[in-house]
Amino acid sequence: MQFSGRGRLKNGHLAGDRRDLYPHSLQFYLEPPTENISLVEFESFAVDRLKLLKVVENLGVSYTRGSESYKTKLEAELRRLKFPYKALAEDDYEARRKDHISHFILRLAYCQSEDLRRWFLQQEMDLLRYRFHELTEALRQKFLEHINLSFEAISEDLKNELANELCSSTPGFNNKMKEQMFYKVGLADAVDLFRARRVFIKDGFAYVPLKEMDAIVLNSYRTKLSKALALTARSLPSIQSDERLQPLLSHLSHSYVGPDYSVQKNTGKISLEQIDALSVKSFPLCMRQLHKALRDNHHLRHGGRMQYGLFLKGIGLTLEQALEFWKKEFIRGKVDADKFDKGYAYSIRHSYGKEGKRTDYTPYSCMKIIMSNPPSQGDYHGCPFRHSDPELLKQKLQSYKIPPSGITQILELVKGMHYQLACQKYFELTHDVDDIGFSLNHPNQYFTESQRLLSGGRELKKELNNSGNSQQKSNSQESMNSNSAPTSSSTTADAELEGLEAYFTED
Amino acid sequence: MARFEPAALPELLPVFYRRLFPHGAYGRWLGYGGVVKNYFQLREFSFTLRDDVYLRFQSFGSPQELERELQRINPYKIDIGAVYSHRPNQHNTVHPGAFQPQEKELVFDIDMTDYDDVRTCCSSAEICSKCWTLMTIAVRVIDRALVEDLGVRHRLWVYSGRRGVHCWVCDDAVRKWSPALRAAAVEYLTLVKGGAETVKKVNLSESIHPFIRRSVSVVEKYFEAYALVGQDILGSPERWEKVLALVPEDILPRAAPPCRSALCRGRREGPCGGVGSAVSAISLDHRPQHRESLRSDFPKKRDSVQRWELLKGRMERTRRVTGSTKSTPCHADWEIMLQYCFPRLDINVSKGVGHLLKSPFSVHPKTGRISVPLDLQRLDQFDPFAVPTISSLCHELDTAGDDGEQEDGGETEPKRRARDYKKTSLAPYVRVFEQFVEEMERARRGERLRRSDLQGDF
Repeated sequence: MQFSGRGRLKNGHLAGDRRDLYPHSLQFYLEPPTENISLVEFESFAVDRLKLLKVVENLGVSYTRGSESYKTKLEAELRRLKFPYKALAEDDYEARRKDHISHFILRLAYCQSEDLRRWFLQQEMDLLRYRFHELTEALRQKFLEHINLSFEAISEDLKNELANELCSSTPGFNNKMKEQMFYKVGLADAVDLFRARRVFIKDGFAYVPLKEMDAIVLNSYRTKLSKALALTARSLPSIQSDERLQPLLSHLSHSYVGPDYSVQKNTGKISLEQIDALSVKSFPLCMRQLHKALRDNHHLRHGGRMQYGLFLKGIGLTLEQALEFWKKEFIRGKVDADKFDKGYAYSIRHSYGKEGKRTDYTPYSCMKIIMSNPPSQGDYHGCPFRHSDPELLKQKLQSYKIPPSGITQILELVKGMHYQLACQKYFELTHDVDDIGFSLNHPNQYFTESQRLLSGGRELKKELNNSGNSQQKSNSQESMNSNSAPTSSSTTADAELEGLEAYFTED
Repeated sequence: MARFEPAALPELLPVFYRRLFPHGAYGRWLGYGGVVKNYFQLREFSFTLRDDVYLRFQSFGSPQELERELQRINPYKIDIGAVYSHRPNQHNTVHPGAFQPQEKELVFDIDMTDYDDVRTCCSSAEICSKCWTLMTIAVRVIDRALVEDLGVRHRLWVYSGRRGVHCWVCDDAVRKWSPALRAAAVEYLTLVKGGAETVKKVNLSESIHPFIRRSVSVVEKYFEAYALVGQDILGSPERWEKVLALVPEDILPRAAPPCRSALCRGRREGPCGGVGSAVSAISLDHRPQHRESLRSDFPKKRDSVQRWELLKGRMERTRRVTGSTKSTPCHADWEIMLQYCFPRLDINVSKGVGHLLKSPFSVHPKTGRISVPLDLQRLDQFDPFAVPTISSLCHELDTAGDDGEQEDGGETEPKRRARDYKKTSLAPYVRVFEQFVEEMERARRGERLRRSDLQGDF
């Protein structure tokens, strides 16, 4: 892919070259900017794009993507932050330049860990999806050609021949087959459509209707961006030595995810005897489930060992403790001590960074648990709110003595696919608080907050209750209005529980 | 057949690698016609030796070198890995980030233990001729999709030696697939989803994708004999309760919530993968219909087959187009068939390019059986218990050796070996393997001809 006039950017600011530089309002960000920019501009561009991506994230949770209100809100934000908001043909240079440069700055900040990359990729994808949809038909076609993604449409004859298959594999249109164009696309270019069986697949080709072509564009964008992020991560050390940029970049990335729980402040402060009790009091449901499965079966499959093992590492188990913990349990089952030392001890040392490539693995975040490696037969890992049958989840919650009204609320959240909010609700119900006052995105965060609450005692809880009303929560989901609920002012636990019950049954 | 004893392996393995292992065809397979230089040299092999000593990142300059090494160390088990950017046995000499897996066959691993919740005859590592049908169905379903849907040509199906089957897809283009594309293929081929905490593992949406329709018609051929007669899944109240749990309580429209969460992005299948239907089952304010009426009618029927007819009839009725009355079509009969019979793939084996998989013709160290290729023409007759073990083969060699063929001293070593395996029951399996390799070679010749024709280069 060759752009003309780029590269010799010395006089890029001269009016004549500007249009060549950004021929479309949209781009795949294939070439990094080469001009000099001031530190002030660097910072302000970066902050603006971060703001934009946060808006994209929040809108994605609160609204149906592609709905009118989603589009209006996003357009307003693009306009406010001076990013390209309409596919203007001309005169958009400053906005396009800002779009281009700010994207590359955030790449630097967000390439450093898997979680950061995942987040950045997701938001950038959503942004591109929105902007691609806003293009007119003609501009869309032009853009497709520009990025080398134009495919050949299939003939009418073939379309008629395949009519039945095309119809049943492409949900959403039964009678509109006639006017719909179909394109024959290789599987690699249509990964997402192929994966989800959203198109007809035959002889190694996907038959993609025009309206799904955005998936092709997004797929290509994601592949390119995720490769680029991996490459950027590799060359990052040279940038990090720049003391002007380094603090700025790390600040930018921390403003999203917060700690990754890899630093163990409390290493060695937990004894193995405590774990059973802690699993009931302070473990999130996913870890409680894994712990129970381990105690019951004296075994966990790989996915479970990773998820639970790293969590335990995060709450402070030392390597020696971890080895002892797993061994004690496994040898009660079918694994003898010898087989444990050969087969399992290696992977535990590995996850503590003592074997192989010596990566010190970080505990899994909620996002990772929910999105990747779903449990299959015989697995107990995953997110119970995401990966359990609602009926089983309900029974489990009942057996944990969660009040029926609370269960209903949790199941509502699960139904709306707000798994983390469901977990948050579970936290509130098991800790007798109305509003935890933070948004939950990591099992180890759950544990830390739980411990803080339980050891902080009554005063802390009171404080939390009181401040809950004045403090606006950082998360954006409106479905949780517990702030406005009439909370009882009594301080004894029982009375509080009643207050909670009263609130829950109100709905 | 001579009984296999793991303790005898140190004695048997040298014989196996010297006189039985099909080194010739094996080398031709993994050389892939020498089209890409060094392809064989860059391939990882790994060996399991006695006492579970594990050697990774072995690589060899030529198939002959591999043969010599096999005969020298006589591994208990051979695994095949990826083709790497550098010779695997030198991986320590290059920069850690630079040593990367580049290509590998697309592999599938189907393991009987993953079916434990739907088998009544055996559990975990055990198999019997009854449940082996599950593997037959798996091969049929996946192989059809590989050929017709994914347009794949060269597949090698192999019995793993104990309780499962492996598939090696060897087309040139497929070996270059990215992990994402491999994962996508597995997801495309997956219908049974969910772990120990999920009861209903198959949820079909209203419009049925051709892949599902075709898979159902494959499963249907085996379902009655396998599930209804063999496993007798509706034979007793306890058993049919498990099936009835998969039938919706009511037939009200499936309220699929619009997909709003950031978390379900990228897995949009219909309006969010059928989560809606599962949720609607918990609201108890609808009047139960299907499940309850089947529960009361089942005892009146004589056996599983009749009970299934009843269930199936009810479901088919919901799907018949009945003019004005618009009931939601229910595919619970299909969902049950699929949950009980549809192949369960291990995505992690297929996804990772660097993932190792047990090699064809490796010995299974626990059962002594050889990992033999499956002949798809005669798949339904395949009997895992009739697969030769290393002991039975060596025994056959001994008996055949006594039949007077003494004066082969003048013949070259490879020739004698070729004749050796032919004296044993390994021969038909080697034949299947050779046919597979020959078919690939034929395709390569065709491709070369086509290309030189295109260039007008005679």
